[in-house]
Amino acid sequence: MSAAAATTLPAAAPATVPEPRASRAPLWLVLPALMLFTGIVLVPLTMTVLLSFHDWGQYKGIEPVLILKNWHEIATDPYYAEMFGRTLRIALITTLLTALLGAPEAYILNRMSGRWRGIFLLLILGPLLISVVARTLGWALLFGGSNGLANKLLLSLGLIASPLPFLFTETGVVIALVHVMMPFMVLSVWAALQRLDSQVEHAAMSLGAGPLTILRRIVLPQVMPGVLSGAIIVFSLSASAFATPAIIGGRRLKVAATLAYDEFLNTLNWPLGAAVAVLLLAGLVLIVVGANALVERRYAEVFR
Amino acid sequence: MTTNLRPSAPLLELEHVAKAFGSHVAVEDFTLAVAPGEFVSFLGPSGCGKTTTLQMIAGFLSPSRGTIRLQGRDLTQVHPSKRGLGIVFQSYALFPHMTAAENVAFGLEMQRVGKAERTERVRAALAMVGLAGYEDRHPRRMSGGQQQRVALARALVIRPSVLLLDEPLSNLDAKLREEMQIELRQIQRDLGTTTILVTHDQTEALSLSNRVVVMSKGRIEQIGTPQDTYERPASAFVARFLGKTNDFSARIEGAAPARIVAGGWSAPAPAGLRGPVTISVRPERISFSESGLPARVAARIFQGNHWLFQCETECGPAIVVRPNDGLAQPGEGEAVRLAWREEDMSIRDMSLRAGAAA
Repeated sequence: MSAAAATTLPAAAPATVPEPRASRAPLWLVLPALMLFTGIVLVPLTMTVLLSFHDWGQYKGIEPVLILKNWHEIATDPYYAEMFGRTLRIALITTLLTALLGAPEAYILNRMSGRWRGIFLLLILGPLLISVVARTLGWALLFGGSNGLANKLLLSLGLIASPLPFLFTETGVVIALVHVMMPFMVLSVWAALQRLDSQVEHAAMSLGAGPLTILRRIVLPQVMPGVLSGAIIVFSLSASAFATPAIIGGRRLKVAATLAYDEFLNTLNWPLGAAVAVLLLAGLVLIVVGANALVERRYAEVFR
Repeated sequence: MTTNLRPSAPLLELEHVAKAFGSHVAVEDFTLAVAPGEFVSFLGPSGCGKTTTLQMIAGFLSPSRGTIRLQGRDLTQVHPSKRGLGIVFQSYALFPHMTAAENVAFGLEMQRVGKAERTERVRAALAMVGLAGYEDRHPRRMSGGQQQRVALARALVIRPSVLLLDEPLSNLDAKLREEMQIELRQIQRDLGTTTILVTHDQTEALSLSNRVVVMSKGRIEQIGTPQDTYERPASAFVARFLGKTNDFSARIEGAAPARIVAGGWSAPAPAGLRGPVTISVRPERISFSESGLPARVAARIFQGNHWLFQCETECGPAIVVRPNDGLAQPGEGEAVRLAWREEDMSIRDMSLRAGAAA
């Protein structure tokens, strides 16, 4: 009986007829997404790249020619080097700080008991529900000149002698960015911690390892991929961040994103703005892809 | 029953150890003394408290009551990292970011063993578990059996006073499990390491250990040698958990001398027994004979090296196992008579049946 059923089953499923249609189906299914991707990513991106090679003059506007004027200007004028240097510096320091603060935060969170963990996870992820602009304006209020709350607090605690400048400084931008980016780091490390087998820590303990050794030799190496992928997310978001540097840094402290914005909307030099934007994008893609490849090669064993 | 095995100076002692999680009692009044070099198994179904007991010995849980002593020293306040026990976990718990050799070397590093000695001991430990040449493999590139061996080498290389095995073979397939059982037994005998094995697999417990601790619902049902617990189960639970058993309802008839009667089978009854009783007999101890309990063969199942018969009798269903010795066996539907020697059965009073604890 069962043998007969087993032999009729493959025959009952017609193997040859629907095969070609079945193999074409995925193509049709991805088509809408492909069209959307082409329409809102590929086409504008190509146009921006083309735009960066166009000429621009105060009185003649944009001329659709293909020249290297903008690229030459960016390459030779130290002003742009300073902008990109600052962008890179802010993004790196922000990434470092979120990793240093976020990884322990996620670890502590992971060790909390159920109810507290829920509350604190909400506290950490809560800011994601509020607009970046609102959050950054909050920081602007706290920093606000020498009479800002932050300075008053530090002065009254006796930690500083005279008010620190926060607004329009890199320090201020970094502080606000760290706050904005923290949830991404915590989530990323948290995901890595979830994969940890709690028995592994017990095993290390039974072999004579103290809590610090377990943290350093057992937990950290396993969580490192999470920290690094969090770092890649935070770095790329910080380097291309617009709202936070625009509000805290203002006109005086420009980064690549605000520079491109100003070229487009204030100077109306679209080609130059496009060149800045394309350079930022290309740089980011290179750094992120490179870092990702490094992480995957280094931690191949942990990822498998 | 176990006094002949108890030594003068036990290595590990558990005295009235109990563990409660809130109102749930996981382990109740656990008392056991383990002799140096002994292999003891904690055997029971899941949730019987065997793993909880092991974790208390390891120090990952602290007992609610009672004391645990290792070489006469109270372990209760000793941190797990200072107990010097070797543990093999059910999930192996290898360090995934380290190679096999690094995994094994970790415990020696913690003991600050010099590099030359460390390398040599790691090599020897991996060779002992049959993994010479696998030093540079990462755990994720190894099979379950190989990971298991690394975990064993890692636990043994630190020369632990007691080796704790938490269901170490339950993730392996049947054939590999059997191989590992033999190997584990060999390694344990060679090294003489005192070992405690937690398992729900009765064959594993019976074939590996010197003594078996059968547990149920947080309590010890019986402590004894594998043979003891199998042949003279102290309770209905032990009888049923350790292999199959037949329960027949029987009567005590006559007086001085009284006889215990199950259908057409009878034997002299022990003194002082009255009323209806339950007798239990292992399937392999029942034979087909000329006289005895009348039965009908309901089903006959061929299992390679033996035959399994399901029979119906007036005293209840019976399972009979006969070796496949090439002799003629009764067919299905045939009327037979079942007999067994009186020393092969255990008698339980019906009235005690409900609370049949040790």
